[in-house]
Amino acid sequence: MTSVAPDPLPVLARKDFVSDQEVRWCPGCGDYSILAQTQKLMPELGIPRENIVFISGIGCNSRLPYYMNTYGFHSIHGRAPTIATGLKLARPDLSIWVITGDGDGLSIGGNHLLHIIRRNVDVVIVLFNNRIYGLTKGQYSPTSEQGKITKTSPLGAIDYPINALSFALGAGATFVARSLDIDVHHLIATLERAAHHKGTSFVEVYQNCNVFNDGAFIEFADKAVRPDRTISLEQGKPIIFGKEQNRGIRLNGTTPEIVELGNGVDESDLLVHDESRPDRTVASILTRMEYPEYPVPMGVFRAVERPTYNELLEGQIEEARSREGEGDLEALFAQGDTWVVD
Amino acid sequence: MTTKDEDEIQELDRVTIRFAGDSGDGMQLAGLQFTNTSALFGNDVSTMPDYPAEIRAPTGSLPGVSAFQVSFSSYEIYTPGDEPDVLVAMNPAALKTNLPDLAKGGTLVVNADEFNETNLRKAAYEDNPLEGDQLAAYRVIKVPITSMNARALKDSGLSPQQIDRSRNSFALGIMFWLYERPMEPTLHWFEEKFAKNPAVAKANATTLKAGYNFGETAELFPDHYRVRKANLPPGRYRNITGNQATALGFLTASRLAKRPLLYASYPITPASDILEELAKFKRFGVKTFQAEDELAAIGAAIGAAFGGALGLTGTSGPGLALKSEAIGLAVMTELPIVIIDVQRAGPSTGMPTKNEQGDLLQAMFGRNGESPVAIVAPATPGDCFNMAIEAIRIATRHMVPTIFLSDGYLGSGSEPWIIPSLDDLESFEVTSPTDAETFEPYARDKETLVRPWAVPGTPGLEHRIGGLEKSDTTGLISYDPENHMRMVAYRQQKVERIADDIPELTVLGKPEGALLVLGWGSTYGAIISAVQRAQSSGLSVSAAHLRYLNPFPRNLGDVLARFDKVLIPELNLGQLRMLIRARFLVDAIGLNRVTGRPLKIREVEEQIYKLVQQKAVSVA
Ligand code: SF4
Repeated sequence: MTSVAPDPLPVLARKDFVSDQEVRWCPGCGDYSILAQTQKLMPELGIPRENIVFISGIGCNSRLPYYMNTYGFHSIHGRAPTIATGLKLARPDLSIWVITGDGDGLSIGGNHLLHIIRRNVDVVIVLFNNRIYGLTKGQYSPTSEQGKITKTSPLGAIDYPINALSFALGAGATFVARSLDIDVHHLIATLERAAHHKGTSFVEVYQNCNVFNDGAFIEFADKAVRPDRTISLEQGKPIIFGKEQNRGIRLNGTTPEIVELGNGVDESDLLVHDESRPDRTVASILTRMEYPEYPVPMGVFRAVERPTYNELLEGQIEEARSREGEGDLEALFAQGDTWVVD
Repeated sequence: MTTKDEDEIQELDRVTIRFAGDSGDGMQLAGLQFTNTSALFGNDVSTMPDYPAEIRAPTGSLPGVSAFQVSFSSYEIYTPGDEPDVLVAMNPAALKTNLPDLAKGGTLVVNADEFNETNLRKAAYEDNPLEGDQLAAYRVIKVPITSMNARALKDSGLSPQQIDRSRNSFALGIMFWLYERPMEPTLHWFEEKFAKNPAVAKANATTLKAGYNFGETAELFPDHYRVRKANLPPGRYRNITGNQATALGFLTASRLAKRPLLYASYPITPASDILEELAKFKRFGVKTFQAEDELAAIGAAIGAAFGGALGLTGTSGPGLALKSEAIGLAVMTELPIVIIDVQRAGPSTGMPTKNEQGDLLQAMFGRNGESPVAIVAPATPGDCFNMAIEAIRIATRHMVPTIFLSDGYLGSGSEPWIIPSLDDLESFEVTSPTDAETFEPYARDKETLVRPWAVPGTPGLEHRIGGLEKSDTTGLISYDPENHMRMVAYRQQKVERIADDIPELTVLGKPEGALLVLGWGSTYGAIISAVQRAQSSGLSVSAAHLRYLNPFPRNLGDVLARFDKVLIPELNLGQLRMLIRARFLVDAIGLNRVTGRPLKIREVEEQIYKLVQQKAVSVA
């Protein structure tokens, strides 16, 4: 070791990412787990703490930045993607995380979510989907199931719900994943994949709001039934699920079918998961699989590379400079016809 | 004032011409060429385009009329003229929509070929106005422009449609002869503009000269005219529109502040030029972002400002309304963003291509809660450059969202502009803290009450901001009643203290007297011209023009107190007047016009005479 070696980055631990703010979610809320996995993941990323920014909108989830000992911005309802975009364009060196929810991201901020994904701005978006408005105390949300009885839908919601992942894919997302608040290992692994993806990473996390929508996902997410009612997507592997690992998904045209392995059906008949398919069709079919018709796929649906918006913008600046040279302001002032008055 | 010399050249001090035709007739180009030629010749010039709101209204229809007014003179002028002395009308619709503005006794040059039955019907004329005595009040010069242009270009090899497209150059040629203008700059411009299409360049040159020669030989005009060079302050000049000056000003501000600029905007008339202009400046490192909507545009500006860059967004009135909530966020987070509002006639979609000063109170108060921002307003197209720099200087030095209130008349109007040198512009580098030991996100400078602009990437300064009320000093969330009271007061006082950092209001004329005419924004030219005229007739009247609207210059109260009466002309129903009355208890009188048109010199002048003479009567 010579003295010219750069100082090694300080080794950070989870505690370095825990702010001094008291966490104020309801006891038992799924948000706690998402916060914990996020804090645990941060030191693994090797990014200096000061280069990380969490940006949120409004909703229970959007309190998360206060609990992260990084830079943070708790903004206004639905607009976090816009602030993240501006920050990323101005500061491409930063690692930016957008924290949003089903109301914030898919209702009041739907347009911004669409456009940040379409542009492939290099940020991670974590959408906490609890299928309810929690902060305003229990009105139905755009992901609430039809017929849901809430304070504002006493006879049942008549809205058809939106599917967050289909929406993201429709917008051309280059990284689309889903995880579950209580499946901590899966969650941290999914967030890690999202962090390493270049471009917009969109992660939907099923999050239980135990006060206003308790058990929203329990029918398939409960540990006892999870192996039979969910699918853990694995890259390059045939899609198999079930406690006994004896069932799989086969494509019949564009329709997924659940098949039992054996009796002439083997793994070679099954759909092989490939998150890197340039075409979005198969990923889209997977996002459309909803309980109870199908087991619910979890994991990474799509991960493809495509130049990011911020890279393309920097590229245009570089190109303009190499073509026309650095801008000369005084020459610009005097552009066009000029004349002199003595 | 005219004098005649032996060559039948009359000397004039000032002439105002309006070119009017179908939107496909190239009136803007003709007007711009006339303007540039006059500016190069040495006149002072001032221009005003008048576009139709519809992009492609039917040919020959009333909504499809496009016009360009240029005033040129041998002395300094501040407006494009109240009313044209000459109207060039390329078809009946152009005549119908523009004739009411032509000065009585003015000259009317009409393209007589276009006064056919179809076009007359489209313009809702029952009888041909060129026949009969409807136009008896004007000097009417009927020129068969379409057919003469076609004859001049019969060997050009161009299609009849292409040939018709050069009619504007024929008309321009006539005007060049009439006012003794050189053709060279325009001939040169044709070569450049149509470099890829030499046949078109040649056709325009041919017909321009044909028009010029026609003027000379046809003897339709009894005289032609000379407008001598103006005596302008020395320097190197170019012609500039307000929106161009705005773009250049913000680009320059970024250099002076040594911070990169991000301009985020959603296209909207009449502000889109600024985005188009800044998008060309990539080599300067400017980043432009065409956002998905107004909310995203300001969100991106706030994000950029959080990152330590200059966050700029631009819009017009309806867009400012959409940005309100986010401006409130910038007030709460005390981030330095600038919002450009190129105002237009409202409410709602209103009249997008027409002018108004209707957004002052929206800029002042159009947000929830006590939400003060700084407001500046340029007075002339060229002044947009200065005030853009001021907007950034104020925003960054005082950590406050700042609204730049321009309007459509300033934005698309133009005037000669002295090309500045960078050395003459003062830099105002802004600093960001780095010391983790002493850093508190909402600790305030004792004098300015400004909080530090700590930016991500700085080790040890990690902190969280947002729209919830902040605790004094620490910036943590707080619902404490006394803290809220204190923070509301801080935000208000912080803006008030900007008054110590802006120039005092200057008075044009005597510092006291019978009447002060107080204005803001684009009414400057009309007000100054009217006040100067009244002053030269011996009236006790002065003018003052506010370029800083929040806070007001610290001496405004004193200035107002020295006059018996205060007249406030505005293109709204009295928004500045309301502020002045509330703040200073001055019984100001309004002159309020909301026609979509700029204020006229004469309108101000009449009001001045009324008020000052009333005074004379009451004293007697
Ligand atoms: S209301 Fe629901 S989502 Fe909000 S904190 Fe409580 S449990 Fe969590």
